Amino acid sequence: MKKALATVVEDICRRYGSDRSRMMDIVLAVQQRLGCVSTEAMEIIAREVNSHRVEVESVVTFYAFLSVKSQGKVIIRLCNDIVDWMKGYEAVADAMAKELGVTMGETTADGAITLTHTPCIGMSDQAPAALINGVVVPNLTPERGRQVIRDLRRHLDPPQLITMVGDGNNAHPLVRSMVRNNIRRRGPVHFDGFESGCALQKAIEQTPEGVIAIIRASRLRGRGGAGFATGQKWEFARNAPGDKRYVLCNADEGEPGTFKDRVLLTERPDQVFEGMTIAGYALGSDTGIVYLRGEYAYLRAFLEKVLEDRRQRGLLGKGILEKKGFDFDIRIQLGAGAYVCGEETALINSCEGMRGDPQNRPPFPAQKGYRGCPTIVNNVETFSAAARIMQRGAEWFAEMGSERTTGTKLLSICCDCRKPGVYEVPFGITARELLDMAEADNPGAMLIGGPCRQMIGPERFGGQICYDDLATGGAILIFNRARNKLEIAEHYLDFFIEESCGHCTPCRVGLVLLKKAVHKVVSGAGEPADLDYMRRLANVIIQTSRCGLGQAAPNPVLGALQNFHAYTDLVGERKSGLLSTFDLSKAVGDAELRVGRMSQYV
Amino acid sequence: MSEVKFTIDGKVVGGQAGQSILKAAEAAGIYIPHLCAYKKLIPHGSCRICSVRVNGRIQAACVQTISDGMVVENEIAEIREFRKAILDMLFVEGNHYCMFCEKSGLCELQALAYRFGIAAPQFPYLNPDRHIDLSHPDVYLDHNRCILCGRCVRVSQVLDNKNVFQFVGRGYRKRLQVNGEALSGTSLTLTDQVTASCPVGALVKKRVGYLVPVGQRPFDLKPIGIECPQETKA
Repeated sequence: MKKALATVVEDICRRYGSDRSRMMDIVLAVQQRLGCVSTEAMEIIAREVNSHRVEVESVVTFYAFLSVKSQGKVIIRLCNDIVDWMKGYEAVADAMAKELGVTMGETTADGAITLTHTPCIGMSDQAPAALINGVVVPNLTPERGRQVIRDLRRHLDPPQLITMVGDGNNAHPLVRSMVRNNIRRRGPVHFDGFESGCALQKAIEQTPEGVIAIIRASRLRGRGGAGFATGQKWEFARNAPGDKRYVLCNADEGEPGTFKDRVLLTERPDQVFEGMTIAGYALGSDTGIVYLRGEYAYLRAFLEKVLEDRRQRGLLGKGILEKKGFDFDIRIQLGAGAYVCGEETALINSCEGMRGDPQNRPPFPAQKGYRGCPTIVNNVETFSAAARIMQRGAEWFAEMGSERTTGTKLLSICCDCRKPGVYEVPFGITARELLDMAEADNPGAMLIGGPCRQMIGPERFGGQICYDDLATGGAILIFNRARNKLEIAEHYLDFFIEESCGHCTPCRVGLVLLKKAVHKVVSGAGEPADLDYMRRLANVIIQTSRCGLGQAAPNPVLGALQNFHAYTDLVGERKSGLLSTFDLSKAVGDAELRVGRMSQYV
Repeated sequence: MSEVKFTIDGKVVGGQAGQSILKAAEAAGIYIPHLCAYKKLIPHGSCRICSVRVNGRIQAACVQTISDGMVVENEIAEIREFRKAILDMLFVEGNHYCMFCEKSGLCELQALAYRFGIAAPQFPYLNPDRHIDLSHPDVYLDHNRCILCGRCVRVSQVLDNKNVFQFVGRGYRKRLQVNGEALSGTSLTLTDQVTASCPVGALVKKRVGYLVPVGQRPFDLKPIGIECPQETKA
């Protein structure tokens, strides 16, 4: 048995050239094959790749989809995002747990099925949803959940759960997924027809500098949310000293409530890869990497096929479009469940087979990124837009959108509305127009850009979606008037606490402390001083955290405090001169029990 | 390397391009409180005690490099409050009992708390359940006192050419792990530089803890940051 394990693990290591920097692929493969990456397996990997066991353990324990201890043959990861909660997560979780005879986080006694939860899996428009060994099961109900368990008990083969397939490429034989695209509004940048190679052909008629000039002229800004000028980023990386350059595509779409990149990768992968190839030409790079979040692993085989087709047609590989010296290829790096890997330096670390801890900046990736070389990291949508700009021209693109933010934006709209899904809209559109388009149900608040950005109330529904007003990487969550905003904030805090890399003190510890304070208020035991305490603590975390995660994590709390609650809503009335947190009957309960009589004062 | 001029709290300071604010300040005799920065190791940027205001934005002085005309604010009320809050976070995250810790008077966390006048933390204690690894004959590891500064991880790698320590887990579950079942199963030896690198009482040499009596130890005599040769000087 021992020998067998060693052989399996060694074979996997050698498949990746026993290369330390391919650690992610190695541990993912071991996990898939053996159901865990045991201490023994880690020893073998360490020996094979010339590392140390604790180094391997450091990686394995970082990612949610990897485990040191053995789990069930089938792992049900029920999405516990706030949207799923609002759509009935609790009842579904309860039904599935009862049917299995376990509680959340446990494995059935026969070791067959594990039931656990996971943060947003990018299916907020079809929640509640679950990932079952990578198979997406959307639109769950308690009854459907029980049926899933009964079926799994029978065959233990999650792909057999797929009874119908979704629209578009979700029905492609290499995808075969129940996921639906829900494309509600098709715009000219991402959803018009796209013929492979058309944009690339135009690019290679230019010099690399000429390509960058066109991207600059279009005034395209990063679609991940931060909005850095794309042309400028490419130029920095092109001009930075280094022998090799890298083009990285951030497909780690993890911001809760965002799913537009999933749809883009399903329906427009060719356009995305073409954008990356154009970037490769502009930078003088020969290697691109798509960092695909582990939750979207079901798209991998399909994406590999699209890449292979492009190779066959001379759009990837050596001498692309018969242009001598233009060599570029793309590999897919699968993630393993870590929100923070959407941060570009964390993403680079993960691509190098390490923990997804963000890095200290400077240096910036454009100077020193993947393998210490100049690197650009752009969002899926940014590459798609870049391809379209090369095809139709900078002017065409710059005419769309608002004065200062050109082009269109893909939005994932969800939660309390009748038409959740993906919308391609011109920048400058107002929040109110989005509410109308999505047929919002009595909207009381919107979370623009997901929990890392801002929550707005009705008084700001007239604001515009653009980088200068309501900036978003794509998430638009609509909450109706009945929703408790501070409860929503608490839920997101739980998310950030789980997803923090733990490197810096304010994020690692501060968020736990903030959560305690918020919980106290949400549970009705708030004191006047708590509001100020929360604001002060939130400020320390925002100001002193190292990366965007910590700097943004308190935003939902601050948003809820600023916009939605009168002071009296939050803190309880004082009872007979006592602090509302003080429960007199509880305080004397123990004594009452001992002396055998009740206090006359309670 | 070119000479760079910038200011810290209004005082003009010179340094080399590429140097961190912390190093440049130190060379100029200005103390910026810090914990995870150590000797000539690449800065960790994790504790955030060295946070300063740089041209209006908060940055970690150990990581941020200097540039001409940069305006750094160090001894200001806002920064002081941030540092106090971060120190308090480190205290409540672990289980720190200075009065019976053999590192008292040598502990940089304790010394910083005194410097900032912290009598009791402003946050509730988290009282984590952590263990102590006494397996090694010469050194022990008390996770209750570990502040995850990463000094031992880096010193073991860079200065000792070993790899005894690493972080595992993430977020509030992040913790220090050794390359083996326990410390005794690692290649750690008493003479490794790592055994003198811990700023707190987490990684401690056995049997020498009370050679210098409490009350006569460096930080008992001189507060941290006052004529106190800083650890970062190598």
